[in-house]
Amino acid sequence: MKWMNSRSAAGIALVAVALVALPFVAAMGGQAWVRIVDFAILYVFLALGLNIVVGLAGLLDLGYVAFYAVGAYVYALLASPHFGLHLPFWAIVPMGAATACVFGVLLGTPTLKLRGDYLAIVTLGFGEIIRIFLNNLNAPVNITNGAQGITLIDPVAIGGFKFSGTTQILGISLSGPQKYYFLLVALAIVVILINLRLQHSRIGRAWQAIREDEVAAKAIGINTRNIKLLAFAMGASFGGVAGGIFSAMQGFVSPESFSLVESISILSMVVLGGMGHIPGVILGAVLLTVLPELLRYGVGPVQQALFGKVLVDPESLRMLIFGLALVLVMRWRPAGLWPSSERRRELAEKT
Amino acid sequence: MMVENLSPPLLEARQVAKHFGGVKALRDVSLSIRQGEVYGLIGPNGAGKTTLFNCLTGLYVPDGGSFIFAGSPLAADAPHEAAARGIARTFQNIRLFGNMTALENVMVGRHLRTRAGVFGAIFRDPKTRAEEAAIQRRAEELLHYVGIADRAWDLANNLSYGDQRRLEIARALATEPKLLCLDEPAAGMNATETAELRRLIEGIRQDGTTVLLIEHDVKLVMGLCDRVAVLDYGEKICEDVPAAVQRDQRVIEAYLGGGHLA
Ligand SMILES: Nc1ncnc2c1ncn2[C@@H]1O[C@H](COP(=O)(O)OP(=O)(O)OP(=O)(O)O)[C@@H](O)[C@H]1O
Ligand SMILES: [Mg+2]
Repeated sequence: MKWMNSRSAAGIALVAVALVALPFVAAMGGQAWVRIVDFAILYVFLALGLNIVVGLAGLLDLGYVAFYAVGAYVYALLASPHFGLHLPFWAIVPMGAATACVFGVLLGTPTLKLRGDYLAIVTLGFGEIIRIFLNNLNAPVNITNGAQGITLIDPVAIGGFKFSGTTQILGISLSGPQKYYFLLVALAIVVILINLRLQHSRIGRAWQAIREDEVAAKAIGINTRNIKLLAFAMGASFGGVAGGIFSAMQGFVSPESFSLVESISILSMVVLGGMGHIPGVILGAVLLTVLPELLRYGVGPVQQALFGKVLVDPESLRMLIFGLALVLVMRWRPAGLWPSSERRRELAEKT
Repeated sequence: MMVENLSPPLLEARQVAKHFGGVKALRDVSLSIRQGEVYGLIGPNGAGKTTLFNCLTGLYVPDGGSFIFAGSPLAADAPHEAAARGIARTFQNIRLFGNMTALENVMVGRHLRTRAGVFGAIFRDPKTRAEEAAIQRRAEELLHYVGIADRAWDLANNLSYGDQRRLEIARALATEPKLLCLDEPAAGMNATETAELRRLIEGIRQDGTTVLLIEHDVKLVMGLCDRVAVLDYGEKICEDVPAAVQRDQRVIEAYLGGGHLA
């Protein structure tokens, strides 16, 4: 391949080393930090799934968390004592992806003629509907166990290899979160590759064309209905996979995890990083997962030291930071923190 | 003259009507365009020219009448099908994919005539790779054909006005149209650019594509078109060879009323 020159090969090697070292470095701060890193990668995965819908196809989706929820519940129901089912991870995750995909089409179909604000409102409603369903599907037949959620969900196991608990591999002791880390990194690499390849493909160009000018896209023969549904379906499948992993990692799901705020967070990651630009989206996801955690660990003790008690709940600071970060980025870097060179050029010329 | 009568119509509009509230943008317009000709559509501002394009390309649903294209009726309200049947267009107010490169704009134009799906995109099997290479090659050829090969890697937004108009033509040609509809392609072009555009359209005709041309530039229309139809207040008031149209009393009146056609 022509892009594999020695410089980029060295770059890739460097990134690989850093990625391998990261969970061990994080572990020095405690396993909690490894879990935070795990979540950062899970959000990278989610944000890249949403990037297909929002960044590539330009469809403002505020209900993305619904697909995450669907994937999470599919896993929870098929691998927990709730129904007494314990299907293996590799079997459920594709099912979760497929179910989320169906929901993606369900959401997509009625919204095909909507754009921008209108689409955002409908997708927002859809996200809430799913959450409310999950909350209430405990009667007359108990399917989701309502607000209590589902507990004791099986951890990921591939073959005989369990991802929970500590194992010794080649004399190195790996904790549960550290093992999940490597699984997540592997999946994230796959999703990055898929994103990259989609972007430079016939379908990816059609998505971008719809984003740029739907009328012109129709006029050159793009079946905008099918191509938009495809974007919803693809994005939703990624959400479904992420949900399954979330379920397994946590061992517990409840509707609370899939609120509107969650959708907004994921959208913020895409927008903050640089819509449609893969490295930007990754950066956005990592920043918006890790920064609030840093605050959580920093703000409490600092307040304790200064005022003798905690005045501002770190959790509420999280939303404040999201808002502030978005306002600042939109003011100073409207194309995102790390936009594609094309978007950057365009915005530079406009201002 | 003899040749004209022998060739079958490529497009026939049969009493196409369209109104917006009280405005009758098209009043039972009928016309027929022959295979291989350059057919001009002129008329004062607001005469309904663009509306006819929009009905033809499925962006508007006509309130009456129909289009027969290459022997069978066109489905209303199905832009992508009109394109698939072989009707391509440009827009009066240029509509490019602004944040995509010139090359990508033309590559999207190949969408209709190519097949690769999501699996091809992800796995990049040899067939998909071959198709992708062919798409790019064809797009490069078309950019060269319209004379903007050197701008291939520029964003469409950053092209000059004249280049944007040419890019729009290249994108339309990428769909392999039988009928190319151009909505005021010379608008905003200087004399040199207009002359180049004229050569381009002549070349397109030579390659066998029929052209439907809306244009206010009278010299261009009269020099280029085999036949010209004149719309006024949504009504076709004249259809003839350019020389005869220029002498037509109703046309002169319409334009004097509309303050055009010096
Ligand atoms: N979408 C629309 N909604 C309402 N009225 C419209 C619409 N499109 C066109 N019209 C009206 O229909 C009439 C014909 O418009 P059209 O754009 O077809 O004219 P035109 O011949 O292309 O004019 P021009 O030379 O200025 O481009 C005008 O009165 C216009 O205001
Ligand atoms: Mg017009």
